[in-house]
Order: sequence, then C-alpha cells, then structure tokens
Amino acid sequence: MDDILELSHVNKSFKGFALDDVSFSLKKGYIMGFIGPNGAGKSTTIRCIMDLVHIDSGDVRLFGESFKNNIKALKQRIGFVYDQDVFFEELTVEKNKRVIAPFYERWDDDIFYRYIKEFDVPLDKKVKALSKGTKMKFALAVALSHHAELIIMDEPTSGLDPVFRKELLDVLLDVIQDENKAIFFSTHITTDLEKVADYITFILDGKILFSKEMEDLSEAYLLVKGPRSAESEIKAAHPISIKETSLGFEALMEGKEARELADQSNLHLERPNLDEIMYYLVKSNGINR
Amino acid sequence: MNSADQPIYQQIRNQIAEQILNGGIEEGGQLPSIRALAKELGISVITTKRAYEDLENDGLIDSVPGKGFFVSLHDKNALRKKQLAELQTQLKQLIGESKKYGMTLNQMVLLIKKWYMED
Repeated sequence: MDDILELSHVNKSFKGFALDDVSFSLKKGYIMGFIGPNGAGKSTTIRCIMDLVHIDSGDVRLFGESFKNNIKALKQRIGFVYDQDVFFEELTVEKNKRVIAPFYERWDDDIFYRYIKEFDVPLDKKVKALSKGTKMKFALAVALSHHAELIIMDEPTSGLDPVFRKELLDVLLDVIQDENKAIFFSTHITTDLEKVADYITFILDGKILFSKEMEDLSEAYLLVKGPRSAESEIKAAHPISIKETSLGFEALMEGKEARELADQSNLHLERPNLDEIMYYLVKSNGINR
Repeated sequence: MNSADQPIYQQIRNQIAEQILNGGIEEGGQLPSIRALAKELGISVITTKRAYEDLENDGLIDSVPGKGFFVSLHDKNALRKKQLAELQTQLKQLIGESKKYGMTLNQMVLLIKKWYMED
C-alpha cells in the first residue's frame, strides 16, 4: 500500500458551497501542494480529511485504512498545522506544550526543543504575544515532534517572511528524507511550491481540476504570446483562456495543441509558472476536466 | 519551441553529465541519493529522480538496487563520441544561423581561429 492519503468521491455540501466528488491520492515519500483561489475548498477539504467536518459520502483513507471509526488512532500518526489559532492564548509556549504533549503517545521532547531553538520561538512568552509567523513556527514544531508519518498543513506559509518560508521548505525536504513519510499542504503562495512539490492538486469551486506530477504539469500547459494579427489563429486552436495585452495577446493552451503552432515565427511559447496556470484556469472557469 | 527555459531536471542532468564526462566525478564513484540531492538543491524528489533516470538511460550512471547510484564504468570513448556528435549538430545550426545573416565562410573561420587561440 503506497498511498498514505487517499480521498475517493468525497462529497460534502453546505449552504451555498459543496465539495463535489473530490478524489486524489498521495504516495509515501512525496510532497503534494494543494492549490486554488480563496474559497475554492482547500480548508474544507483538509477539515474533511481530519474529520473535523463529517463528509456526506465517499471515503478518506489514511495509511491504507479508512478513517471511519479509526480517526483517533490515525491522528496520532499525523502532524497537523491549522491556519487558525488553536493554542491557549493566555498560556506561555512552554505551558501550551505541557498541555498538548500528553495527547501524543510518541511525543518527543528532544525534537520539540530542537525545533523551538532552530525556529527561534520564545518558550516563556504567552502565545497571544507572539506574531503570526512565530505562532506558525510553534505549530510546526508541535506537528513535527511526535514522529508523525504524514504532515498536513493548511496555509503554513501565509504570515511567514520569505526567509523563514525558505527554511520551512528545507525542513519539509528534511522530513521526506525518510521515504515512508509524506507532506500535504495547502497554499496560495505558489512560488514556494514550484520547487519542492512532487505533486500539485488544484481545486476550484469545490471540484478537483487536476492532480498531477509537477513535472508533467509544466509539459501539459504552455503560454503562447503573439501579436494581435495572430489572434484569430490562436482562437481557432482552442486556447484554454486568452488575454489581450497592449503588445498583443497571451493565451494558456494545452501543451500538445500549443506545440502544433510552434513553427509560426510570430508566436512565442513559454513554460507557464503555477501562478499563470492557476490564473488562466480560474479565468476560464467552465473548463472540462 | 523558440523559447522555453530548460526544465530543472534537464539542467541537473546536464550538470551531472558534464562533471562525469570531464572527470569531475570519478568512474565508479557514488552519487548522492535522490532524496539527499533533492534536499541539497531545494528541489522536489521527482525532479531529481527524472534527472537520474535520464542519466541512467544515457548510460552515464548505474543504479544498484539497495545501494544507490554510481558513475558507469562504461566505455568513455563512446560517451565522448556522443557528446562530439552533439557538438557537431550545434555547430551546423550555428553555421545555418550565420548564413542567414550573410556571414561568409572566411569571416567565420577567422572568428573561430581568434577565439580558439584565446584560451
């Protein structure tokens, strides 16, 4: 069983929003980035995985086992970082740790204090006095201190400065030096992901648009730029989405279709970054899967 | 395709290939593990894996199950030949480009001589 996390046909509806047939899986030893615009369902999906929200139908499998009736034991093996405050604001970092640690059978003080030192988190300060970034570092230290095999993080990089974001990515790559572990995290800062993520899962309006290897993604789409005069040709070639600029136009196309246009010297093909892929896919909302 | 940056896995593949061919990494020498190299370079495991797979397909490295990756002990001449063939192709392209802009054979030869001697 190589899948450490597997969602199959997960449905959950709320007033005015629904997760619609969400399926994807993550293998051991890899990092998956979960992206999508605000309100697309990233946090809701994560809350479903952690069973903080009960799903209407479908199944979530963790470490090869269904989470139904099992979630308590399975959570011992997960390091979870929320996007919101979960600590006791009035207590110091040290006291918060004393409250949290007993919940984990495999809590490891040595690792915890090592990360606290590495991340520069003050142990004697009350949590409410910490900056958003420092709280996130504390949460991360907690998530990494009980020998979790799967790290799940909801927007861990928001509120962090670029220097620590870089350090965080180092820590993540450190975690998966053990090929039995895996990391799943949501974010809207795609530049962080571009380098370290093995897989990208993109959610839009409660539906999964794709879940692919990052490497394949950069072949699946191409950005085509050209002068106004070539616009009709491009439009005929079924672009996913097209945008007019003062110099001409820019269009996101399926890689295969774009390559057929490659011989035309007035067109310029580029590898899009994740931001551009996300932007154009969101723009062309009604896209087929 | 007229302009697309080389994918990262190719950049890494080329860097390692270059080092192997010019002797920077010794024959039979062990390469870092996929995960260790990924961490060192701050890139994904899959990207690193692809670079290694490419190198293996080109016969530059061997994977020994359970042990890791090693620089092939293969015939280096064959690899050199391959690399030379690649250079020739590039040279042909360059000549084609130069013709487009009306450069004569003499002009090209003069420039090549000049830069070749500079080293």
